[in-house]
Amino acid sequence: MGQTIVVRDLHKRYGDVHAVDGVSFFVEEGEFFGILGPNGAGKTTTLEIIEGLRQADAGTVEVLGLSPWPRNPRLLPRIGVQLQASSFFERLTAREQIRTFASLYGVPPAKADEMLAVVGLEDKAGTRAEQLSGGQSQRLSIACALVHDPEVLFLDEPSAALDPQARRNLWDLLRSINKAGRTVVLTTHYMDEAESLCDRVAIMDNGRILELGPPATLVRGLDSATHISLETGTLALADARELAGPEAAVEDDGVSLKIATHAPATVLTALAERNLLTGIQVRGATLEDVFLNLTGREYRA
Amino acid sequence: MTPLRSLSRAMLYGFLRDRMALFFAILFPLMFLVLFGTILANPGTSKSEIIQVGAVPLLDNAPAAREVLEISKADDLAAAQEKVRRGDATAAVRQQGDKLELYYSAADQVRAGTVQGVFGQLVGQANMAGVPQRFTLATEQVEDKSLNTIQYITPGLLAWAISMGAAFGAAATLVTWREKKILRRLRLAPVRTGTIVSARVGVSLAISLLQTAIFLGVASLPVFGLQLSAYWWMAVPLVIAGTLVFMAIGMVAGGLAKSAEGATSVANLIVLPMAFLSGAFFPLDAAPGWLQTLSNIFPMKHMTQGMLDVLVRGQGPASVLPELGIILGFALVIGVAAVLIFRWDDV
Repeated sequence: MGQTIVVRDLHKRYGDVHAVDGVSFFVEEGEFFGILGPNGAGKTTTLEIIEGLRQADAGTVEVLGLSPWPRNPRLLPRIGVQLQASSFFERLTAREQIRTFASLYGVPPAKADEMLAVVGLEDKAGTRAEQLSGGQSQRLSIACALVHDPEVLFLDEPSAALDPQARRNLWDLLRSINKAGRTVVLTTHYMDEAESLCDRVAIMDNGRILELGPPATLVRGLDSATHISLETGTLALADARELAGPEAAVEDDGVSLKIATHAPATVLTALAERNLLTGIQVRGATLEDVFLNLTGREYRA
Repeated sequence: MTPLRSLSRAMLYGFLRDRMALFFAILFPLMFLVLFGTILANPGTSKSEIIQVGAVPLLDNAPAAREVLEISKADDLAAAQEKVRRGDATAAVRQQGDKLELYYSAADQVRAGTVQGVFGQLVGQANMAGVPQRFTLATEQVEDKSLNTIQYITPGLLAWAISMGAAFGAAATLVTWREKKILRRLRLAPVRTGTIVSARVGVSLAISLLQTAIFLGVASLPVFGLQLSAYWWMAVPLVIAGTLVFMAIGMVAGGLAKSAEGATSVANLIVLPMAFLSGAFFPLDAAPGWLQTLSNIFPMKHMTQGMLDVLVRGQGPASVLPELGIILGFALVIGVAAVLIFRWDDV
């Protein structure tokens, strides 16, 4: 497996703002790679430098062994970019949009129509792009980015402003695209999205990468408590304290009884013995906890 | 399909499906044509109010004039002039010996023109009937009397329509495409900048030629009665050159503006005053000398001039070559400016 993207010590300044401050990472071939961070963390700028839309002040970028800057016509057909805004030609239908983009890459119209079916928009082919829903236009824009069968796909916050159902559908689509062998790089400010989709994530804040690795590894490395919650009244607070042991934190807010423990197995076994597992919720640490741990502040998109 | 063809098609569909753009490019100028053409073609249908100051024997001796003029009498010239200024009357007339003085307001060009025509005839008839050349008519000429109204307004309005279409098309497309990140998306596709520009130029030229065909077609209808001269086809290169200039102007406007609304406003601010100062709506013959000189710095002036020469004045094909050269010169200079101002992205 080769390295599809290699980024070394990238810097980009806008006036006084150090938008990208020494970012280095690589992306393996076929990997689903996420860049995660709050707004203004430098994710989009980093992505735009890799795509060849911006010039870095310092550092090097290689995509498929080629330099993206200045505009590299040999690289362009091999990458697909879905932009943050849905950039469509005005007043063209979904089919006309994708066929126009297809022609720019020398892809025949039939192939373009096929791609429309892949993203599940064949029944919307005659609808103008302006009239598509948020999820539909997002899928159309991904189809337009994929129409020339690129080796690498870049997505900039693809699920922003989507309702939960549309988000799930989009995730399924992205997973299948990645399974088909494409390298996918995505920026997101949703922790759950990165956790659910990415093989590896880079957590960015203030233009730097704070942590990089598979989501599960990052979470595990935290050594944070597991949160168990039961319906209030199923177990008395005192019993719960006794059952969970001295190191656990127990509280009851009148709705749920919550136990935060580092020994979830013991607690769960004890609860099982009392036949109290019905309706129980167990939540391990998430990337959100990783972010909190790294920055000392709550994660806010 | 080649990128050039598919991009041209995308732009053309974008235009044809935009009712607003279609209206302003095709119907709006036609409305002006119909309006001017109809009003000016039948000047006798409504009577014009004239204030006669003191005795005007010439008018008294001409019963035919009363069919088109509604005459009221007054003694005070200043008061009569004020009435004309306020638009209560079309003109005031006074006879000083053999000299007929006609005062009219520039606000109502149409009626003023009619009245001048009537008095011109009146004086002419009186001169024919009486002793040689007794009467003279003192007015300021407002337009080139050698041309009928439709003959004059068609070339000017056409020049204006094409300028507007080209400037707005280029400005709006540029800004919208930048705003919607389509330019950025195109930059990420292996398509040459030249292809994108060629597609836009091609589409704008097609729209301009369509405007020209519709415009000349409608003006030539018997109702309006435009008579094209033998070398009218020389208007085609003028239309092409004019389109290029105003596309460049639109590109500059689009490069300076932040939003599509801003771009159309900037384009409007440039094109509309230019249309007035270039004689696209009414002749500059009556304008002060300095304005006539100033008008030469506007490409639309040369376009209107060239159009007049070949469409209706019947001048030979070679006569518009200087005008054509000047317009292309403008296109080159403004085009270079447009390229310098051009931005792919907002930031």
